[in-house]
Amino acid sequence: MADHSAPPDCSQFTCPAPLRDRPRIVLGHGGGGALSQDLIEHVFLPAFGNPVLDRLGDSSVLELAPHLAGGGRLAFTTDSYVVRPLVFPGGSIGDLAVHGTVNDLAMSGARPLYLSAGFILEEGLAIADLVGIVTRMAAAARTAGVTIVTGDTKVVERGHGDGVYINTAGIGVVPPGIELGPKQVKLDDRILVSGTLGDHGMAIMSVREGLEFEAAITSDTAPLHGLVAAMLAACPTIHLLRDPTRGGIATSLNEIAALARVGIEIDETAIPVSPVVASACEILGLDPLQVANEGKLLAFVPAAAVAEVLAAMRAHEHGRRATILGRVVADHPGRVALRTALGGSRVIPMPLGEQLPRIC
Amino acid sequence: MKHLAEYRDADTARRLAAEIGRIVTRPWAIMEVCGGQTHSIIRNGIDQLLPPEVELIHGPGCPVCVTPLVTIDRALAIARHPGTILCSFGDMLRVPGSREDLFAVKAAGGDVRVVYSPLDAVKLARSQPDREVVFLAIGFETTAPANAMAVKLAAREGLTNFSLLVSHVLVPPAIQAIMRSPGNRVNAFLAAGHVCSVMGTWQYPPIAMEFRVPIVVTGFEPLDLLEGIRRTVVQLEAGQHEVENAYPRVVSERGNEAAQQVITEVFTPVNRAWRGIGVIPDSGWRLADAYAAYDAERRFDLGGITAEESPLCKSGEVLKGTLKPNQCPAFGKECTPRTPLGATMVSSEGACAAYYNAGRR
Repeated sequence: MADHSAPPDCSQFTCPAPLRDRPRIVLGHGGGGALSQDLIEHVFLPAFGNPVLDRLGDSSVLELAPHLAGGGRLAFTTDSYVVRPLVFPGGSIGDLAVHGTVNDLAMSGARPLYLSAGFILEEGLAIADLVGIVTRMAAAARTAGVTIVTGDTKVVERGHGDGVYINTAGIGVVPPGIELGPKQVKLDDRILVSGTLGDHGMAIMSVREGLEFEAAITSDTAPLHGLVAAMLAACPTIHLLRDPTRGGIATSLNEIAALARVGIEIDETAIPVSPVVASACEILGLDPLQVANEGKLLAFVPAAAVAEVLAAMRAHEHGRRATILGRVVADHPGRVALRTALGGSRVIPMPLGEQLPRIC
Repeated sequence: MKHLAEYRDADTARRLAAEIGRIVTRPWAIMEVCGGQTHSIIRNGIDQLLPPEVELIHGPGCPVCVTPLVTIDRALAIARHPGTILCSFGDMLRVPGSREDLFAVKAAGGDVRVVYSPLDAVKLARSQPDREVVFLAIGFETTAPANAMAVKLAAREGLTNFSLLVSHVLVPPAIQAIMRSPGNRVNAFLAAGHVCSVMGTWQYPPIAMEFRVPIVVTGFEPLDLLEGIRRTVVQLEAGQHEVENAYPRVVSERGNEAAQQVITEVFTPVNRAWRGIGVIPDSGWRLADAYAAYDAERRFDLGGITAEESPLCKSGEVLKGTLKPNQCPAFGKECTPRTPLGATMVSSEGACAAYYNAGRR
């Protein structure tokens, strides 16, 4: 379709289209993409909607009486972990349960303080396996400097769970003066990414599907609040932070473009992907932009502060490969465009649900 | 990846595009047959590099989109059958049948599994002898050898709980059907590189001769595609109609003869319906009579299942390049990516979905 009057910024690349109007929950509703959004918009927000929840951030920032939070504000979040297998190269469900919630708090600029831990265990799980997971979880909490202060355990009948599900909620404090969110995003902001993309998702997929690559792919699961603190020290007026987990940066960037009502342009040649992840995605027909990360963040930074923020990121162990991915533009508000290496452009659509390997 | 990077070099790509611009003197419509090529063209923005004279028409080469509605409905019926495991490549799960898709059947309790190879489905049948394991065998010539091997393996092991629901389609009859269709606008074809890696190039000279149409076997990386297009334009401008191999690092004239032998043994040609296009004579494969025991259509009672394609759908004309997607009366009204009526809106690689998503209403 060489229609040169209007370059085809098309591409809803997940080969066949879905039926979105579904009477039952399908796996895609948990994929973080358009189906998950449908669920939030049509089921949860109508029931629970309020001014705090409606902001749809990674965590919610709560205004409290000043004496309660020492002048800061509280950040509060929750997340559930259902990963299979329970232990994978580079981490376990226990590490994820700490890092995921810590990172959701960190994306509000908060210093994470306390976690809750709820366990749903399946009848028949080996106690030794549970001890292994809990030990890793405790170590991850210690490293992240958070305290697990409350918890709960339920056991479901064999066949009604996948060994272990974990829910964690987290509380942190946002220092005064830090204001992160889609509303702060400005035209010409630069978009920074803290490192390579797709490592976690491909690590899980390679063990789950028994695929072997030249080098093992290791999950990037890591706590990011230290990196965030370093970045905010370099520039307290960073506009927005997001950790692109499920659905990858394709989902995060589309959410931000929609919430901030801006256009986003990224540069294909700037996308950091490790060679082994790139090869694995190539073989399976997956797009690294849609694959999950558990130790990476996106930052929307005022253009004038890019050098300082980038330097601060690269000086931190979790930001060594930080790079400038793209910028905020006036064109195509609500959409994410990618400039291809060959000089063309295409739209990065919001992924629908789970990513599926393509046949063609 | 270093071997792929060689075929993605931006400077070389721009040089090739400029070269095409220098040699072209008038409008040409070139059809890339394969969905994988369409994917790469849009993904890399290759059509945006080309001079306005060169129009790429996206052919019916995504096996997912051309699989007829009735086959999807049959797969859904099998998946709903108690005790059955339906195995499929991942991207078939979202293809809507008449009422629902495989994801919905899975959500309602059906056992639907994504596999990466039909041999994984054989393994499953071996390990679960009390379950019926069915593999949804779709695809062009490229996926046929592995599907044929799965059947041979099951036969050798004496498995009685494994079968294929076959909906294989073939490239050469599709090219012939497009060239014979009234109002055809296609001047040349990029033949599908991976299909030719199995089948060779020997099937194409009679077609190039009969229809006086250049056919250039082309790969999938940006430089492969641009080189294929360049050679096609050179032929068109010179009034030639040869079969050329622009993908020699993968494709030979004779192809993979061992694979062809297995295919010939296990499959036999059949008239096949293509979603959005209709029945094309001898354009598919079914299981040969010797392997009828492994044919899911015989193991399950599917005879009652029929499905009507929407009469509103004009995707056949879109695929032939005689109608732009947004000229179809149903476009954006009855037919959207959420409620697709035909092949070209089913697959996001299809022209209609591409137009819809680009906002070209």
